[in-house]
Amino acid sequence: MSSLVASDEHTVPATAKVIQPAWVRIVHWINAVAMILMIMSGWQIYNASPLFGFSFSHSITLGGWLGGALLWHFAAMWLLMVNGLVYLALGIATGRFRKKLLPITPDGVISDVKAALTFKLAHDDLSRYNYVQKLLYAGIIVVGVVIVLSGLSIWKPVQLQYLTALFGGYDIARYVHFICMSAIVAFLIVHVALAVLVPKSLRAMIIGR
Amino acid sequence: MGRLRSLLIPGVDKQLLVRDATKLMPDLARRRFIAGGASFGALTLLTGCDVSDSFSADRMLAKISKFNDAVQAAIFNPYALAPTFPESAITKPFPFNAYYEVDDAPEIDGKTWKFEVRGLVDNKKSWTLDELYKLPQVKQVTRHICVEGWSAIGSWTGTPLRDFLKIVGADTRAKYCWFQCADKDGYNSPLDMETALHPQTQMSFKFADEILPRAYGFPMKIRVPTKLGFKNPKYVISMEVTNDYKGGYWEDQGYNSFSGN
Repeated sequence: MSSLVASDEHTVPATAKVIQPAWVRIVHWINAVAMILMIMSGWQIYNASPLFGFSFSHSITLGGWLGGALLWHFAAMWLLMVNGLVYLALGIATGRFRKKLLPITPDGVISDVKAALTFKLAHDDLSRYNYVQKLLYAGIIVVGVVIVLSGLSIWKPVQLQYLTALFGGYDIARYVHFICMSAIVAFLIVHVALAVLVPKSLRAMIIGR
Repeated sequence: MGRLRSLLIPGVDKQLLVRDATKLMPDLARRRFIAGGASFGALTLLTGCDVSDSFSADRMLAKISKFNDAVQAAIFNPYALAPTFPESAITKPFPFNAYYEVDDAPEIDGKTWKFEVRGLVDNKKSWTLDELYKLPQVKQVTRHICVEGWSAIGSWTGTPLRDFLKIVGADTRAKYCWFQCADKDGYNSPLDMETALHPQTQMSFKFADEILPRAYGFPMKIRVPTKLGFKNPKYVISMEVTNDYKGGYWEDQGYNSFSGN
């Protein structure tokens, strides 16, 4: 679908076309660092009192022990939150979210999912997202907001008790926080795999075009 | 190190190898190793800085944790009450938790135990348990949240600490109430004055309407529902009102000192 629309945009020479503006690239890579620090330290924190019948291997956690992991988690959270707010503010102010991610129609999603599953989904124009990308990128922004809010409600269940109550209480907020982490890790696996399969998308996120 | 160097394989990144090796060490040894060797030379070579002010992740994290103390103190609302629960919500059995087994919990004789009050107070006398039991008490059912993540709802009865601070004529402009405990290895923990004056901060003498059992801190626990569990000392033997930050058992090992809920 998206590859069809791409033919309209031949007014700008392909070589000069900036696919990812500088601000997107900067917040993307800061977010990548912050996310990895948060996830790896979060796994170590999880291990102190696992919600499920498993723990994360020490080799993939950060901080060495609970105290060290908490220091990392509560340091990297500032990076994640400030960077995330800059991203949301610029995404709205520049109209990027509206232009890139909307509209998301059920028909578009269904036909693009079909195309993706039969390996017919084109990646010719990196500046336009297909409906699967739109859905996943919009979805992961929502998950990002929810993981921060659930994290805040675990951190401050008295000062932010109304937020904690919104999640159904402290204990449920922990599960929400964990599920959001799982969603982000799943997204990350697909995201990195596709970046490797379509190297020019990775290049665009580094040098812009 | 000499032995390690002779084992190095050509073409293998030495720093990565050292990092992998340190991962295999127990935590304490690793910290000492990284602090003392692995990062030392490499970092001074890279930055050309004096070793004493070279970049250290530990130091940076400690600084951010101090910043987080300030942020938490700033957003702490002295009027915001921790949610309370009906008695039916109490977690049974309420977990015992410490850095030792329950058999190693202090066994305190209530008849000889005394609560020593020191520092910036008008009346430095020590209090017997009978004297403390005569003070007005209140009951509250609140959620205890452990730094590990788990939580449990319990019922604590005792005297609001702010009432006691008034009775002993404490200088409530001081920064901390610093508690010492009878736990083995000497547990202690500082409590910021704003939290000490919070209406729900309590000198607890009862759990679930019964005299505090040994497992939960007999004869006295400081129950602070606006703080993580490790800031709720048990087996308390003394309190010092002070302007000095004197550290604490877990705080000194890296847990965030404010640790407010």
